Amino acid sequence: MKEFNRLVITLTLIAAGAGMLLSLVESVTREPIAMQRSLQQLKALSAVLPEFDNSPDTDVVLLEVGKDKKGHPVQRTFFRARQGEQLVGIAFKVTAADGYSGNIEVMVGLDTHEHIVGIEILAHAETPGLGSKISESWFKDLFRERSLDNTDWRVKKDGGEIDQITGATISPRAIVSTVKSGLDFFHQHRQQIVAAPGE
Amino acid sequence: MSLVEEFKKGIWEKNPVFKLVLGMCPILAVTTSAENGLGMGLATTVVLICSNIVVSMMRKLIPAGVRIPAFIIIIATFVTVVQLAMEAWVYDLYQALGIFIPLIVVNCLILGRAEGFASKHPVIDSIFDGGGMGIGFTLALFILGAVRELFGSGTILGFSIFAADYPPVLLMILPPGGFIALGLVLAALNKFTHGKA
Repeated sequence: MKEFNRLVITLTLIAAGAGMLLSLVESVTREPIAMQRSLQQLKALSAVLPEFDNSPDTDVVLLEVGKDKKGHPVQRTFFRARQGEQLVGIAFKVTAADGYSGNIEVMVGLDTHEHIVGIEILAHAETPGLGSKISESWFKDLFRERSLDNTDWRVKKDGGEIDQITGATISPRAIVSTVKSGLDFFHQHRQQIVAAPGE
Repeated sequence: MSLVEEFKKGIWEKNPVFKLVLGMCPILAVTTSAENGLGMGLATTVVLICSNIVVSMMRKLIPAGVRIPAFIIIIATFVTVVQLAMEAWVYDLYQALGIFIPLIVVNCLILGRAEGFASKHPVIDSIFDGGGMGIGFTLALFILGAVRELFGSGTILGFSIFAADYPPVLLMILPPGGFIALGLVLAALNKFTHGKA
């Protein structure tokens, strides 16, 4: 029994020491990590929006876009870019669930006429060298200037206007349909998003 | 064994990747580029040295019956510390290595050194052992990453090596390429050391 107590006490002490060290490290790194994440977001926003002088990552509108499998509402954040109080662009994040492997997260930026200024791939797990080419700039540039009115939103292989990638049709197809549904949603809720008061 | 020898054995004679062939899972997964290999190697080295120090300091306090869970707690703690630090200060590398940072916990190289060396030797020796093994591991990952990046993308550390029209051998950065590159590097090393392949 004495030996048993020793085992329990030693392991408990080690775990407690580990916990203390971890809480210390967490408190030191909390701020830099939050900063890195918001920096990352701001970088993506600057890449897809026209020039702005406010901070779109805080000038946001949250709208419900649907419900997930459990019936919880899914919200989408709309980031508003302004130049001297004047609205110049809107960005939002869409997720393509039908990529080749895993979700593809795409940031889409629009000007006030609902034309795409740019898209940015935030996260993906597509095949390196094939599907991963979606994050190369020539592919992202294919979306510039496009809107619901001026584009047939399908890849060329399916009869549309957007080039697919050689050897990888699934990833571009997923992005094209997701970006289009994002544009549709924005078009339907435009008034709500533009008019909502800032925070 | 002198401290210098403790250090040197991990780099060549008992190199964890090329000689002991330990910790293959993260090796094959992350070595798609030289930079990823280097990052993973250095992260593992930090964890290895820290866990060796603590395990060696507590080697007389930890009862044999719970030594493995105790080692795992110590290793997991340092892995989490490294993960938080990387997320805070080298965010790009953190994103590139992704899931494989937490998986350092189950890298058998680290538990192997804790159990096989640090729990039986004084602190200073354990530091040198961990340092040598870590550097050897990093070196191996860097070499593998460089080979795969060279043939798979035509670059090393992002610098173009081959002419611009070099068609990349995609296979080399896909998972099977990891096995192929490892096999070729091992064969080359055997040829070099024993004169037979």
